[in-house]
Amino acid sequence: MPKIYLQTQSLVVGYDGKPLIRDISLDVSRGEIVTLIGPNGSGKSTILKSITRQLKTLGGTVEIDGSALHSLSYKSLATRMAVVLTERMKPELMTCWDIVASGRYPYTGRLGLLTKEDREKTAAAMEAVHALDLRDRDFNAISDGQRQRVLLARAICQEPELIVLDEPTSFLDIRHKLELLEILRKMARERQIAVILSLHEIDLAQKVSDWVVCVKGETIARAGKPEEVFQADAIEQLYGLRGGTYDPEFGSIELPAIQGNPRALVLSSGGSGIPVYRRLQREQTPFAAGILYTNDIDSRLARVLAQEVVAETPFMPIGEAALRRALELTNTCERVIDAGICIGEINRAMERVMQQAKQSGKLMTAAQL
Amino acid sequence: MKSANRSTARITGVFIGLALAFCLIVVLNINIGSVPISVGEIARILLWRTGETRLVSIIWKIRLPRILMAAILGGALSLSGFLLQTFFSNPIAGPFVLGISSGAKLIVALTMIYFMGRVGAVSSWALVVAAFIGSLMSVGFILVMSRRLKHMATLLVAGIMIGYICSAATDFVVTFAQESDIVNLHGWSLGSFSGMSWDGVAFAAALVGITVALVFLLSKPIGAYQLGEAYAQSMGVNIKLFRRALILLSSPLSACVTAFAGPISFVGIAVPHLIKRALNTSKPIVVIPATFLGGAVFCMFSDLIARTAFAPTELNISTVTSVFGAPVVIAMMLNRQKER
Repeated sequence: MPKIYLQTQSLVVGYDGKPLIRDISLDVSRGEIVTLIGPNGSGKSTILKSITRQLKTLGGTVEIDGSALHSLSYKSLATRMAVVLTERMKPELMTCWDIVASGRYPYTGRLGLLTKEDREKTAAAMEAVHALDLRDRDFNAISDGQRQRVLLARAICQEPELIVLDEPTSFLDIRHKLELLEILRKMARERQIAVILSLHEIDLAQKVSDWVVCVKGETIARAGKPEEVFQADAIEQLYGLRGGTYDPEFGSIELPAIQGNPRALVLSSGGSGIPVYRRLQREQTPFAAGILYTNDIDSRLARVLAQEVVAETPFMPIGEAALRRALELTNTCERVIDAGICIGEINRAMERVMQQAKQSGKLMTAAQL
Repeated sequence: MKSANRSTARITGVFIGLALAFCLIVVLNINIGSVPISVGEIARILLWRTGETRLVSIIWKIRLPRILMAAILGGALSLSGFLLQTFFSNPIAGPFVLGISSGAKLIVALTMIYFMGRVGAVSSWALVVAAFIGSLMSVGFILVMSRRLKHMATLLVAGIMIGYICSAATDFVVTFAQESDIVNLHGWSLGSFSGMSWDGVAFAAALVGITVALVFLLSKPIGAYQLGEAYAQSMGVNIKLFRRALILLSSPLSACVTAFAGPISFVGIAVPHLIKRALNTSKPIVVIPATFLGGAVFCMFSDLIARTAFAPTELNISTVTSVFGAPVVIAMMLNRQKER
């Protein structure tokens, strides 16, 4: 069990003396990533700002490496904790190298001149985030993705034991989000740095975090390992989503199903139905899906997007009830779409559905849609 | 490391250029005037202390103190501009724009009238202290405003308004003062380097020298502060202390200028900007000395023009600094707009 590096106990945070969130208890160990998630304005930043001492805490305790946060001098805190903040840094005429080298601040002398060792560490930090080629570029002239990497290098260069990042992936495209989090993950493990960050992307939070804290308004709604926290109902409650739109396994969010009597029946298996579901969803067509085995990947999404799913127990021949319902739907729907269904020994009954659809002239393929 | 060498070379070049310009302007300034003095004569008088008595006294009593004062105050003004720009993270902040010079001017005017009326004379000390108080009053007001007005433009408007209010009050006081009390006040309130004494020079040199040295020692936290308050704090800067230090150091600089030469416009904005562009960096450790040197050169040059352009009539120093400084500021703002 790694030693706890940052610990808060019944911490109260807020602005101008007004408490916003109470009873925050966090433990962050070295080598571990703790992620704060929660809706906009829920106070993730407020918590991080209190931990980094930008805001006064209003109650409770924050301990870093066993000493109370407020008892540490700014300088000794700087050798323990580095930050990547949301506010845009807009320095004048500074290269990326200058920005990263500023992380050496707590270690340089009175005038802040860099020694050979400082320069080597700066270069190493840039190397670690694959940003060494940016060293001479103007910091204001690089892309958002590059900027976040440079800021992370700056934090690494400060040789902290704890890095605090406030929404480091905002403004980044998917590739840069992944890149940044991958570096962070590696950094935390290899250098045994404790990391606490806030994220908007719950799918990424699920994948990168060792511990997840759900911040909602006045308190911490929930905290735990990702597999405990990322349950459909917990996430839906946290963000106030309407039922069934969050898929914990894939970490994906769906738009709500189109309401109304199904106007199309989708026949599919093994994922072939997914693009068709989305297409119908965009066209605002209520639809039914079937007959799907409940362990079929199509079935996962159909449960969220379709008005009705005709389901069958996995690995069993299709039963009477399911078949009857599928045939009924074939009659009532305007279209029956064959999205590419595999028919074999045990789901032979699907041939009857196909046949009936063909006879009534409703059968079409996904390509004809 | 090739580029690091290149930037070192550039910085060295700028410093050499500034030093040469400094020497050139000093010589020109001594050389040109109602009584022209040849370069050979200047060298003889300055280095060997011999020569025609009349010329010796022109150089030692009139031209040299004036040049030195222009250099010291010009440097002080530019540096104070740089500090205020850092403090407000705003490139067009400066002692004149933020109304700090006008605040100093008001209190200096009041002090002058009071002392002239009662005592018949005013010491440099009293004037600098008065200007310092006036500066701090304006700064205090700006600070209160800046807490509410985060936006750069509104802050400047507030500063300009303070400037107008203080100027109006100064005009009011001057209008109703005894003619004899304000003989010096009128010329002074428009800004000029004329009539400087060695006492004044020594005083300004000491005050500005100490302040500049302290500012230089702060160049490390100033560099951190340029990245934003929150980042600076995360690097170990005690922000509260640092902000106080910055204000307490920038005020005597601009106060000293106002006390001796009156309010001078645009130097505080234009010079730091030009210097940063020339050095291609904003690192305080090089920008601070270069800005001081650049401000000195700029003010001596402006004073030369003020003295000689329409001789024997002398221009106000602000007239000249505005002519050269305002276009720089406009160009800077246009540039910024483009970068966005």
